[in-house]
Amino acid sequence: MYQFNYHKPATLDEATALYKEADDPIYLSGGQTLIPTMKQRLAAPTDVIDLAGIDGLSGITVSGGVVQIGAFTRHAQVAESEAVRSAIPALADLAGQIGDGQVRNRGTMGGSVANSDPAADYPAAVVGLGATVHTDQRDIAGDDFFKDLFETALQPAEIITSIDFPVPTRAAYQKFPNPASRYAVVGVLIADFDGTIRVGVTGAGPCAFRACSIEDVLNENLDPDALDGVEVPDAGFNNDLHASAEYRAHLVKIMAKRAVVQLG
Amino acid sequence: MKISITVNGRQHDVDLPQTNALLVDVLREQLHLTGTHVGCDTSQCGACTVHLEGRAVKSCAILAVQVDGQAITTIEGIGTPDDLHPMQAAFRDCHALQCGFCTPGMIMSAIDLVQNSDSLDNRAVREGLEGNICRCTGYHNIVKAVLQAQESM
Ligand code: FES
Ligand code: FES
Repeated sequence: MYQFNYHKPATLDEATALYKEADDPIYLSGGQTLIPTMKQRLAAPTDVIDLAGIDGLSGITVSGGVVQIGAFTRHAQVAESEAVRSAIPALADLAGQIGDGQVRNRGTMGGSVANSDPAADYPAAVVGLGATVHTDQRDIAGDDFFKDLFETALQPAEIITSIDFPVPTRAAYQKFPNPASRYAVVGVLIADFDGTIRVGVTGAGPCAFRACSIEDVLNENLDPDALDGVEVPDAGFNNDLHASAEYRAHLVKIMAKRAVVQLG
Repeated sequence: MKISITVNGRQHDVDLPQTNALLVDVLREQLHLTGTHVGCDTSQCGACTVHLEGRAVKSCAILAVQVDGQAITTIEGIGTPDDLHPMQAAFRDCHALQCGFCTPGMIMSAIDLVQNSDSLDNRAVREGLEGNICRCTGYHNIVKAVLQAQESM
């Protein structure tokens, strides 16, 4: 790992000010992606700005049909939260499938979402549940948040503070994990909001997206067999040693079917 | 840069050689607690697992500066040769180690798993230990040991 300057600001303002002054800064949240990446020298920031000292970024509240999760909340806290489990069980399930136990004890929701790894789990929930991402500057709709491979709507220096997940009537998340890394080769979250279906997909493309063709079919007929005839085009899908684009397109359909079955 | 950490109940003031020192480097090289192992360079093997504020984490994926003021427990802190932790005793009883390289990490993860789960079955133990790799045992006896320790913890 290369050398860097370490900062631990106590407020959001201090953090963004440090960011703007530095040469090539990066925010550190749970560090479960960033630190291994720095160890591999794939990232070499001049300044690491640790967000752990800022109060109020962690915690879970449920009210008015919305689950609000602080950006610094660890995956294990979401997976083990009774409040999340009773409001959106699929979200607790999803959090419990991220990485491994040690990663879940450390990794944070904001860190995962801000990184926009194409194979991360949370993005499927942000898109599939129609979440709202709150930052220190504004609110961003989940549908508009993920832009491309490791690219989001966040401006430089902008910090996610919390994410609001509307509570659906029911939802289910199905993932085909890479057997070694537990990253999603493909993950599909299906949410039913009083009969209106949303489908969020992660792992398949450069970033999470809504599968509108699947939504259209399921809005007509919420039945796994209804998906048999759906074409999932693989254009632009990820093609790597873990899975071909064609196989990922196939998996989108299969995971969607399994999620519909799980909806019950 | 100076940090103050509590390791196995003892407070240490540590002068970090550089800000990029990992927690595992400090434990092994500055505090000479070499029971915590380094099995990989990519934060994937779990050999370096310790408890940070009571939960299992990979000490190779945390900077030492991040844990200033916090409490860490390593494999050296859970039992003694004469008074093994129930998880250590179960690993010995069930022959859950061969070379032993993965064992400290396995045991630290397994303790967190048992403490934070209601009642584990074979599958839940296998899933719960996904972050720990063993090259020797084929996992079978490790799972047996964790299930046995769950009864005595
Ligand atoms: S040394 Fe392999 S995960 Fe830490
Ligand atoms: S006992 Fe040798 S690696 Fe697990």
